[in-house]
Amino acid sequence: MIVLEWLFLTIAACDAAEPWQLGFQDAATPMMQGIIDLHHDIFFFLILILVFVLWILVRALWHFHYQKNPIPQRIVHGTTIEILWTIFPSIILMFIAIPSFALLYSMDEVVVDPAITIKAIGHQWYWTYEYSDYNSSDEQSLTFDSYMIPEDDLELGQLRLLEVDNRVVVPAKTHLRIIVTSADVLHSWAVPSLGVKCDAVPGRLNQISILVQREGVYYGQCSEICGTNHAFMPIVVEAVSRKDYGSWVSNQLIPQTGEA
Amino acid sequence: MADEIELKTAPADFRFPTTNQTRHCFTCYIEFHGCLAAKGESNECERFAKYYRSLCPGEWVERWNEQRENGTFPGPL
Repeated sequence: MIVLEWLFLTIAACDAAEPWQLGFQDAATPMMQGIIDLHHDIFFFLILILVFVLWILVRALWHFHYQKNPIPQRIVHGTTIEILWTIFPSIILMFIAIPSFALLYSMDEVVVDPAITIKAIGHQWYWTYEYSDYNSSDEQSLTFDSYMIPEDDLELGQLRLLEVDNRVVVPAKTHLRIIVTSADVLHSWAVPSLGVKCDAVPGRLNQISILVQREGVYYGQCSEICGTNHAFMPIVVEAVSRKDYGSWVSNQLIPQTGEA
Repeated sequence: MADEIELKTAPADFRFPTTNQTRHCFTCYIEFHGCLAAKGESNECERFAKYYRSLCPGEWVERWNEQRENGTFPGPL
């Protein structure tokens, strides 16, 4: 039984856009999983209503064709049915609203102690990331720009319009605070797998909290029109183990401190 | 080189519970300089320094430092 289940396990998660993709990318945070679950809840009722409405519509068109049924009925009232078709939709709306509000309010839960703060600053047309928790002065010790890799420079197997030169490295299973802002015009920091889309507004710091549940590489794209290269400033988040994150930070900081 | 990178950052401040953290960053910066003015260069003030450095973009901090030097900083110091 376990062997059979194993055969159906996703070996490669979908964390980037796929050609002709219809559904969501695989969730990597509780937030995205919540969004997908809500979508399934609503979709169930959507299909019920759709089938019902289509059935009534087709049935009416089929049976009450003007040549087959030339004399129309003149019913204008029907108290019982009017009550029913008010009550039932209200009940359906209640079933939709409950999980929807549950997710909405859980999104607003404040994470009291994030472990890391990362700043994502949008420029025309690239992102800058600052990891300032390790600064010992006002000098930025860990900051880098993240440009898209042009199509001509892609290696085999890399994703077009999605790869960048410097990825945002984060530790998995750790509460992160991401502060999104912009240095010039509006941008938006969006990573579908993480269930994140946050506008980058100049002069404003927008905070989002995420908890990446599994290691992996997650792709996203700028989601607010920002000029001619709006389509060419993607975001790549690489979630690694805490230990690897620690090594990566140390390696990035070494040249600045100049110590062995 | 110490391999243990401490995972610590500015904690959530209940004065700023919403998505917009602009005032949080600005307030941390002002608190640090207020602490400096009150206590001088002490280790207690370093805590506030870490907070504003984590939250505020480097450009903003540089601009405010320049404004403080010029005397044009738009805030209570």
